[in-house]
Amino acid sequence: MNRRTLIAGAALALGLAGTAMAQDKTKVGFIFVGPVGDGGWTYEHNQARLALEEHFGDKVETVFQESVPEGADSERAMTQMALSGADLIFTTSFGYMDPTINVAKKFPDVKFEHATGYKRADNVSTYSARFYEGRAIQGHIAGKMTETNKIGYIASFPIPEVIRGINSAYIHARKANPDVEFSVVWAYTWFDPAKEADAANALIEQGADVILQHTDSTAPQAAAEKAGNVITFGQASDMIEYAPRPRVSSIIDNWAPYYIARVQAVMDGTWESKDTWDGIGPGMVGIGEITDAVPAEVKAEALALKDAIANGEYHPFTGPINKQDGTPWLAEGEIADDGTLAGMDFYVEGLTGEIPN
Amino acid sequence: MDLGAINPVLLVASLMVSATPILLAAIGELVVEKSGVLNLGVEGMMITGAVVGFAIAVNTGSPLLGFGAAALASAVLSLSFGVLTQYLLSNQVATGLGLTLVGLGLSSLIGKPYEGVKSTTLPDLHIPLLADIPVLGPMLFQHDLMVYLSIALVAAVWAVLKFTRFGLILRAVGESHDAAHALGYKVVRIRLMAIAFGGACSGLGGAYLSLVRVPQWTEGMTAGAGWIALAIVVFASWKPWRVLIGAYLFGGVTVLQLNLQAAGTRLPVEYLSMSPYLITILVLVIISARGYHGAPASLGRSFYASS
Amino acid sequence: MIRLVKRPQPSRFWTAVTPILAVLLTMVVGGIMFALLGKPPLEAIRIIFWDPLFHPQFAAYSRPQLLVKAGPLILIAIGLSIGFRAGIWNIGAEGQYIMGAITGAGVGLAFYPMESFIIFPLMVIAGALGGWAWGMIPALLKVKFGTNEILVSLMLVYVAEAWLASVSSGLLKNPEGRGFPGSRNLQQYDSAANAEIIAGTGMHWGVVAALIAVIFAYVLLTRHIRGFHIRLTGEAPRAARFAGVKPARVVLFCLGLSGALAGMAGLFEVAGPAGQITIDFNSGYGFTAIIVAFLGRLHPVGILLAGLLMALTYIGGELAQLMLSLPGASIQLFQGMLLFFLLATDVFTNFRVQLGRKGAA
Repeated sequence: MNRRTLIAGAALALGLAGTAMAQDKTKVGFIFVGPVGDGGWTYEHNQARLALEEHFGDKVETVFQESVPEGADSERAMTQMALSGADLIFTTSFGYMDPTINVAKKFPDVKFEHATGYKRADNVSTYSARFYEGRAIQGHIAGKMTETNKIGYIASFPIPEVIRGINSAYIHARKANPDVEFSVVWAYTWFDPAKEADAANALIEQGADVILQHTDSTAPQAAAEKAGNVITFGQASDMIEYAPRPRVSSIIDNWAPYYIARVQAVMDGTWESKDTWDGIGPGMVGIGEITDAVPAEVKAEALALKDAIANGEYHPFTGPINKQDGTPWLAEGEIADDGTLAGMDFYVEGLTGEIPN
Repeated sequence: MDLGAINPVLLVASLMVSATPILLAAIGELVVEKSGVLNLGVEGMMITGAVVGFAIAVNTGSPLLGFGAAALASAVLSLSFGVLTQYLLSNQVATGLGLTLVGLGLSSLIGKPYEGVKSTTLPDLHIPLLADIPVLGPMLFQHDLMVYLSIALVAAVWAVLKFTRFGLILRAVGESHDAAHALGYKVVRIRLMAIAFGGACSGLGGAYLSLVRVPQWTEGMTAGAGWIALAIVVFASWKPWRVLIGAYLFGGVTVLQLNLQAAGTRLPVEYLSMSPYLITILVLVIISARGYHGAPASLGRSFYASS
Repeated sequence: MIRLVKRPQPSRFWTAVTPILAVLLTMVVGGIMFALLGKPPLEAIRIIFWDPLFHPQFAAYSRPQLLVKAGPLILIAIGLSIGFRAGIWNIGAEGQYIMGAITGAGVGLAFYPMESFIIFPLMVIAGALGGWAWGMIPALLKVKFGTNEILVSLMLVYVAEAWLASVSSGLLKNPEGRGFPGSRNLQQYDSAANAEIIAGTGMHWGVVAALIAVIFAYVLLTRHIRGFHIRLTGEAPRAARFAGVKPARVVLFCLGLSGALAGMAGLFEVAGPAGQITIDFNSGYGFTAIIVAFLGRLHPVGILLAGLLMALTYIGGELAQLMLSLPGASIQLFQGMLLFFLLATDVFTNFRVQLGRKGAA
């Protein structure tokens, strides 16, 4: 038994007091909800992990565990990671929220970063991306490009993040084309290629010629490609293999800048618990290349919109905006506050259908 | 809400496509169960077929070769189940569950290099004359080869089971392996053939997912389709043509509910998705209450030749 | 020509040796697989089988975790094994587990935020009843109509899963959960929480229940007339009928019991380690328990050991992922192999292998 493990054993005996040991490498752990090869959500988190290794070289060591079920198994995975000497652990799914808080209590010296949650502690930060900013750009392109005036939207679960995306896309599609209609299908899955393909086909058959998706597989892209004159947008990852058509652009989850900054903070000893909600500006939300299938002037407008959002000139939720039932939500020029956005549970005026609960 | 937006012609056409993987797997499992063997490993065999079919299609550029390889690979995999249950007399339920574990693990290891890769897919065939009939043409006669093959397979299984000597023997083995053995039939050999056939069909079903229906390879992409295939066999009360109805019904419920949603109807999705299983139980109760047990009498029991 | 000859009695020697043989075979074949994946095979196997128990850094934590992981598997498998002994094939424990968790958690949440010592026992009873009721559906259908219980219990798993999806985003949804599907966290509701009885040991009420179930099953099967009836029904159904055993009663008893135990396991899990009802909080324990029941040769003590072995491969597998970056899928494959080898070697317990010509016997 060497000195290091001896110390760890002693620390453990003192009630999991932590693993503050002199280390030359910073050890960063990742808990993934899906397999790293899912091509979407987990894939992008893993890409950022690789970017971390690239950036810091020998100074970091990363470990990860994939397909960790939410609940008891995730709590164990995090604990084992902390015991193995991780200095910083990213837990990358909403369902890891309570387990992250529990484990963080036991390891005050280990830092935790929980994606998309809202519970924090002294050693737990939260982070998420303003995907709705990207949705605004998609909405604009969709509104300009649609010929049937019918836009299909494959939604996953009726949670605030998804509802925000629908609203943002709709507001901007409507601005670009007042006749546009949205048809939302709830797939109740983040990832089920066959079901996503069915959903895309159902929408296309009912006349949608633009498909937006908030699920992770490329199945809707393939369905659109087969149908011919339908356009789509990549989700989570670039899905560039379907460019230039049907995929005309994409929202890319780009976690690398954030991960690099947070690891740097741990190395410098400046890490603090905080809530980060970044968008296009800081680069957490990437807009994939807009292909030539989009007319030049639409592309220019979309890029202008992107710049305006990025430098803070424009917020996608700027009044006047009414709620679906016609009650006013935002007055002329008023900008939505983050609290309302974070808990968004209503459609904006013009959207048809109800949010299931 | 705009139900007029649903085009029944297209609805039926996409229903046929989305039901094909489970139809292929279910008709294979039907033959297995008819021989008296319960193989719960359909999910594992399907996903193995999905990855092998995709890999071969990508490397050779030929989806048809992919389908062939998928059938072969899943048949070989199913024979591991066959050897365990038929020669080593292991419990079929446990072995089938093990087969699912093995298939899921194996497929994702094989599939690593093929994530995010695109493959050529099967072209839709426009059957001369028939494809041009209004309404029926686009509904039924503009599909790809595998859709027709799956239906032909149902017909073939029905004909073989009903009219041939081999079918008779297979059913006899499933009803009473001891009696079949006493009559001099090779129970184990016949069951192994049935198991391999079931494996091959599951493989085709999986490959249809990865090569036509989705088409791409991702880990865990069968997402429970193999379990649905098992339910369909029961729903069909072990009758081939009813497997066709069952597959279109089970596949159809999903397609229909997505279409209704797209048309703006609000639905209790959970209740709809549990309904096929409740109907299956009801069917089971009805056939049992009529005194006909439906299930092959030796289903799930090990056979040991005592003499 | 190789022939199998049935032993008059299962061999005691082989009963003890086959699991060891199977584990060794898995190590060899699994080791080859790990080597093919470019990972050090010996180290991988050491991490899976040895480190969760004895690693200086992890063992103090992972040893109690073995109990947490094995507890529900053993509890469910004990119930299933009693039915399997009688030739009654309940493969829908996953559904009974889910329904037990829903009814049990539902009772607890109905009392929220009241604090009382009575709440947790009520939840346990509700959980057992939920699982029992779900198990009684195939039982009654079998008794009344002769419907195949394998198929009905399996179908009911899917129904339970759809029901789970419905309640976690509807009836039981946490009103303070910001719109996310999932119930309140029962760990944070003291009267309903299934906390560790002694901190740091992994012992929660579910583990205690599992140990009691093992003893109960052992006594039932070896000392009690009902246990004898169950065994007789499975081994010689005709003889059982002559002995006055009512098959319907055995069916109702076995499916009801296995359902109730699975339901309790679900409740203990949801109120303890898992904490909350979510769309997919059930992580396949009901199906894994079938495997455990067979690995344990349907014997209570065997199941106890098999549950612990299964838990060991889970936790060791997680450690191997963590330390060697082994893909998660290779662990799944490894478990599949272990199961296959155990099933394959089991043949030696009940059969003698005879070499030579057919007539020689």
